[in-house]
Amino acid sequence: MTEAPTSFRYVSKPRRTQEDRRFVTGKGHFVADIVPDNTLHVALVPSQEPAARIISIDKSAALALPGVHDVITGDELAAAVEPMMNGLDTPAVKRYAMAVDRIRYCGEWVAAVVADTRAIAEDAAELVELETEPSDFILDAEEAYRPDSLAVHEAHGSNILLDRTFTWGPVEQHFSESARELSFRVTWGRSSTVPIETFGVLASWDGWRDTLDVWASIQMPKYADQIARALRIPMNTVRVHQDVDVGGSYGVKRGIKHTVLAGYISRKLNRPIRLIEDRLENMRAGDAHGPDRIFDISIAYEDDGRIRSMKMRALDNAGAYAGRAPFQLGKPIGAIVGPYTIESVEYQAISVTTNKAAQEAVRGFGQAPTNYAIETALDRVAAAVGLDRVQIRRRNYIPSDQFPYLIPSGTSYDSGDYQTVTDKVMTQVGWDDLVRQRDALRADGQLAGIGIAACLEPSGGNSSFEPLLNPANTTTTWMDSCRIMVDGAGTVTATIHTTSSGQGHQTLTATIIGEVLEIDPDQIRVIHADSQTSLPSNSPVGSRMAVMLGGAAFNAAGKLKDKLKRIAAKQFGASPDEVVYSEGTFATADGDQSLGWMDVVTIAHRYFHLLPDGEQPGLEVTDVYQVPTGGGLPTEDGRVQMYPCHSFEFHCVLLSFDPILAKPEIHRYVIGHDCGTVINPHIVKGMTLGGIAHGIGAALFEEFTYDDQGQMNAQTLADYLLPSSHEIPAVEIVHHCTPSPFTVLGQKGSGESGYLGAPAAISGAVNDALAPLGITVDKLPIRTAALSDRIAAAANTQS
Amino acid sequence: MKCQLRVNGEDHTIDVEPRTTLLDALRDNLKLTGTHVGCEHGICGACTVLADGEPVRSCLMLAAQADAGPEITTIEGLSTAPGELSIIQDAFCEAHGLQCGYCTPGMIITASALLERNATPNRDDIVDAISANLCRCTGYGQIVEAIELAAEKLRQRNASPSEASQ
Repeated sequence: MTEAPTSFRYVSKPRRTQEDRRFVTGKGHFVADIVPDNTLHVALVPSQEPAARIISIDKSAALALPGVHDVITGDELAAAVEPMMNGLDTPAVKRYAMAVDRIRYCGEWVAAVVADTRAIAEDAAELVELETEPSDFILDAEEAYRPDSLAVHEAHGSNILLDRTFTWGPVEQHFSESARELSFRVTWGRSSTVPIETFGVLASWDGWRDTLDVWASIQMPKYADQIARALRIPMNTVRVHQDVDVGGSYGVKRGIKHTVLAGYISRKLNRPIRLIEDRLENMRAGDAHGPDRIFDISIAYEDDGRIRSMKMRALDNAGAYAGRAPFQLGKPIGAIVGPYTIESVEYQAISVTTNKAAQEAVRGFGQAPTNYAIETALDRVAAAVGLDRVQIRRRNYIPSDQFPYLIPSGTSYDSGDYQTVTDKVMTQVGWDDLVRQRDALRADGQLAGIGIAACLEPSGGNSSFEPLLNPANTTTTWMDSCRIMVDGAGTVTATIHTTSSGQGHQTLTATIIGEVLEIDPDQIRVIHADSQTSLPSNSPVGSRMAVMLGGAAFNAAGKLKDKLKRIAAKQFGASPDEVVYSEGTFATADGDQSLGWMDVVTIAHRYFHLLPDGEQPGLEVTDVYQVPTGGGLPTEDGRVQMYPCHSFEFHCVLLSFDPILAKPEIHRYVIGHDCGTVINPHIVKGMTLGGIAHGIGAALFEEFTYDDQGQMNAQTLADYLLPSSHEIPAVEIVHHCTPSPFTVLGQKGSGESGYLGAPAAISGAVNDALAPLGITVDKLPIRTAALSDRIAAAANTQS
Repeated sequence: MKCQLRVNGEDHTIDVEPRTTLLDALRDNLKLTGTHVGCEHGICGACTVLADGEPVRSCLMLAAQADAGPEITTIEGLSTAPGELSIIQDAFCEAHGLQCGYCTPGMIITASALLERNATPNRDDIVDAISANLCRCTGYGQIVEAIELAAEKLRQRNASPSEASQ
């Protein structure tokens, strides 16, 4: 099947989302909107140095300020809570919410001031006197990787959190057999998602109910679990209110340290504690920074451009602490060959600590940098063999008739039709015209280039990278859940068990349940259960909710329909198989007998004597959905099925820039997108356009740079440049649908779409523009000033 | 200090520190939490409100500057009644011109000011108008579509946004 199924009633229809109404009227329910009586406010004291020993912290002046209730330091906190969890087995890399004894990055929290208002807390934070002994620091990943380098965590013994080399297939054989070989280095700068809402948390301990209520702006798997462990309280005392609207996340809203700190203070002072980051706190020490990665790539290929094998060394600068950051080297293993038939791969994944802010999860969980590296390789091979950059991709694509397709690292891709998507984009863009347009721009004195990127979006988020990179962790499920209840009046309510940050989970759930039950989705209410009443969920990470929440909702609705059919069958004296259901009516196949929705609902809720034997009264069903294709542990040689689904995107972009000013202007941007069955076209479109904008930012503007003193340069949105409407072109989307055989409706993920290929496409376009000058740029972001300097230097060299 | 604010057609007297921003006064004193805090340094536009019909950053304006001064309009002032949407708000829903909803009040305020002065904006006009409001979710495409749709609906009504809400 290559076209979207047309038989759906609600799925794939351009219906309005349920969520939007409250947001357009300013009636969202964000964490900063929640301020109970007696709330105290927290401001943080940041370190001014990238590395230092803490000698003393004098709190007296701060405590003397009227309205200040407490000043908490790292020592106090560390005595009362457990360290935060690390993804890898690195117990000596201890991390608390605040620095304990040693400061490891500039901006790290050293004290927390608690006061009647945030303004007073900020005033008092400036009165906390910190005496330190500065020490040497390290910022560069290569330097940190050297065996004799200064260790950021002395107890760990080195900076190396992860250094593992995987060899999947006969790499050396393929390299020796292949006609040609090339090598290069590319670097992905430290950027992030930078939501417009910073992270915030409100924690309120009630000692009479043994409950820690938490309202937080989070997107974090196993959040309540981690809070409870760190605070040494039972998990069933933690109640996370998951109906808080999250003002954007795209991966980064982790917030464990904020919540542990606020939770601790609330238990100590018996008051609600509010910690809402300001932008400065967010940018330098919030969970704000993403991958910071150097790739060294070698490619073995034939004269015709067919790529046989790849060696990839990825060196990631995790910053000062471990957390889950190293796993961002693991997830891309599930799509390490992209959409290509590369036969073998050697992959060295290295994660090191440095004196930068700790790295957290960012959209794609490491896939966008990896795709940038792979796509650069395709462009380099194309140039080497003299092939068109579209042709080189076509020549290496996995053919559509070879799915499920097992890649060397152990993942089976579910489905795809890359040639057809490429065809559609070529038709939409008018390739020959696009080339003429580029050449006309060049003739006009501009540097103009076309960029191409073809890449995959692994989706349906599983956590197979955990056991793959940490043998002490044998997790093999990453389930998600849905519960559906039909009340005595016949209305349908579904619960979901995580927070949402703009992905439209209510709409997703209602659409799928509506599809199964043949009920208008707008009549179905979808609510976010709090963590105490939740079924298992692993949060909307890894582009997973269309697959996982969608799967759970579909199955739960099916179970509900089955129960209703059993009840109707009993009344008809028929077997459930003989009951036909249509739009709320149950009937026998011959149509002689029928019952309406309310008739059957009423029996379930009121007439036990009419229920089938063994049937429970009421109408409530749940489904806890295992990740499709998941469940296996890695093999000893490091192969594992990572994610179940693989969406495809093909980018084509034309841009130009003045040779002196070097500010790129995007003239045309077309993306072909195949994420299987689309649940809601508005949502998928928004994700794709938003992802491209984010990718353009990562490619051209955004970077958390540090100076040579270890100070972060970009501490405001005037320094860390987010693309505005001026920088983002009108994007044309070309759709294709190759349903996944592994999901309930053929759907795949789309939450990371656009972002996973846009940086590679922009980089390709800039390099195409620079090709006449004989220079390349190999580091993202490609900032205007650096580009201008590069062009000037090349011109000087030539003259 | 005491400030007299006129917000969404109602007069309020509040007692604030002189350093209190209009943003904090709206949110903390008047409980109008539809105006959002993004950067607090005038870049992101999440806190945009109208002062005598002109979009301003409420994070860069002190409450004292609005004392007995301009008529302030927040996102709450654009809704016609609980559960009802203005034409612009409805267009944002129709085009799904948002995702997380955090920048949305500022966007809609900005769009409202644009459409009040220009009933027939072209794409460039819209892009210019919202260029000082950052959105991290949408890539702006559906926001532009929403404003185009709102402009069309307002033209059909032969009304400006403020006239249409009366």
